[in-house]
Amino acid sequence: MTTATQVDAAGGVFSGDESGGGRWSEAFRRLRRNPVAILGAVLVLLFVLVAIFAPWLAPHDPQEQLLLGEVRPGFVPGPREGFPLGVDSLGRDELSRLLYGSRQSLLVGIVSTLLGLSLGLLLGGLAGAFGGRVDNVLMRVTDLMLSIPGLLTAITITVILGPSLTSVMIAIAIVNVPIFARLLRGSMLAQRDADYVLAARSIGLRRRTIVLSHIVPNSLGPVIVQATLTLATSIIDAAALSFLGLGNQDGTPEWGQMLAEAQDLLGTRAALAFYPCIAIVIAALGFTLLGEALREALDPKFRR
Amino acid sequence: MLRFVVRRLLQLIPILFGLSILLFAWLRLLPGGPAAALLGERATPERVAAINRTYGLDQPLFVQYWRYLQRVAQFDFGDSTQTGRPVTQVIIDQFPGTIELTIAALIFAVGVGIPLGYFAARRQGTILDNLAVVGSLVGVTIPVFFLAFLLKYFFAVELGWLPPSGRQDVRIDATHITNFFVLDGLLTREFDAAFDAVKHLILPGIALGTIPLAIIVRITRAAVLDVVNEDYVRTAEAKGLTTSVIRRRHVLRNAMLPVVTTIGLQLGLLLSGAILTERVFAFPGIGSEIVSAITNKDYAILQGVILLVAVLYVLINLVVDLLYGVLDPRVRVR
Repeated sequence: MTTATQVDAAGGVFSGDESGGGRWSEAFRRLRRNPVAILGAVLVLLFVLVAIFAPWLAPHDPQEQLLLGEVRPGFVPGPREGFPLGVDSLGRDELSRLLYGSRQSLLVGIVSTLLGLSLGLLLGGLAGAFGGRVDNVLMRVTDLMLSIPGLLTAITITVILGPSLTSVMIAIAIVNVPIFARLLRGSMLAQRDADYVLAARSIGLRRRTIVLSHIVPNSLGPVIVQATLTLATSIIDAAALSFLGLGNQDGTPEWGQMLAEAQDLLGTRAALAFYPCIAIVIAALGFTLLGEALREALDPKFRR
Repeated sequence: MLRFVVRRLLQLIPILFGLSILLFAWLRLLPGGPAAALLGERATPERVAAINRTYGLDQPLFVQYWRYLQRVAQFDFGDSTQTGRPVTQVIIDQFPGTIELTIAALIFAVGVGIPLGYFAARRQGTILDNLAVVGSLVGVTIPVFFLAFLLKYFFAVELGWLPPSGRQDVRIDATHITNFFVLDGLLTREFDAAFDAVKHLILPGIALGTIPLAIIVRITRAAVLDVVNEDYVRTAEAKGLTTSVIRRRHVLRNAMLPVVTTIGLQLGLLLSGAILTERVFAFPGIGSEIVSAITNKDYAILQGVILLVAVLYVLINLVVDLLYGVLDPRVRVR
């Protein structure tokens, strides 16, 4: 199966290059034939659909403490009719909280990735386009940002801004900025000496045109792959931050926080800790598989 | 070699300088400044002014920054705003735990990862190889805390083989000299204490080491695959050298370059992951300290710890670069 795909893929590269501009449609065709990509896409689709339709799918209000009366210290009632996954330590329906939690995760993933991506592209694009001193200064700034472990930076920023989902999104976005900036810059530098750039320069195109309509579009491949992978890491990082108590403080269901709450019940109702964990893994795995498959599809040299 | 070291050390200066400015600016960026952070809800204008006078916060910024640098250079990060203990003392108490945990994770990741990556590459296309590839892909996606919970639940709560939390059984009356519990046990010949500390490290170490393990397997496998087809390996084989000599001197030595860089990069990840792992296993280390500092809004501790971790991270990367020079003589010449 895999070998067949690779042979097809290799054949596809050349026809794509010949027709010109067919790189993306070619990549998409290869993606459709890759079982890893299909699995990733299915997981992502499932995650997105659950997030959108959570209010219709959830049997109860995720915030209502329905069975609070039956919760005693060290004991939480298990699954029963109407509560297929049981309730959490405050008597709220676990399934409903799990379904609603996907909304927070999806939101953080998308917003922080897009925010980090746009700022990173701006910095990386400036560095790649101007080079010289601009490049030097901007790259030292990214050095500095990368010199502290990401989670620590995110924690620091969230503490400064005050714990909330918005702070978490901003913090994760900032952590992602230098990664995108470096990637676009490196990718642009690699394109700068390409033949088509020389050709564009020799027919007298303006620098701005060359950069914006030739170099940048051709440098975006790795950035898009990284963005897909970043969606996964952002979801995990957001869960980590809310696990540490830095997420929303108003009881909105968040997977990381649900995990933290279930921690003390590991001896009696361990399942409560595993549900949110599994949800996080499904969401993150979907984007990771999709990203890896995309990397393979875009890069003809990439072989596993 | 000396010039290489000196040049790399000089490159540290702007990074450390930028870092100190960032951390200095941090407390001053807080709403109400450090005085409000210190006083919390008890802040009145008079009290804020008093605090500002005591700590020299009414001085011009560059004077404050200069004093801050002087204090940091003497390892004085101030006192915890919550307990009043010196931050340096807190770090001395808590940091050894995290270092032990990180070393345990690294031993697991490197000890399992390099052989696994090597054999996956040598037996490319076999079940072992495919398992290693898929496993490393999934391993990267599993959040640290998920694995920590799984391990804790199965091996500590359900099976009861290993302790679920802490660094050492409280019933053991161990002597602590260095605060590295394993080392202490060996130094004082209290071997039961050392063994108990090791037992407490196993589960958190595996939880923390799994993501680096997955990455190391992947990089080792790719690097070995790159190297085995080189001419010098074929020459070595043609000369009739034994497999183990070829493996050690020719394949692994050349394949280790990217692996060493990766291990260095993983150390930062380990420090981040340690925060989460320590939280799950109630392991007293710098991560637990950060979490309680967050809850208590203890900015002095956070600032000191973050500076320490960042400097450590930068230094580790320096060591990795130097190691690179040792492994690959070509790097030194440039």
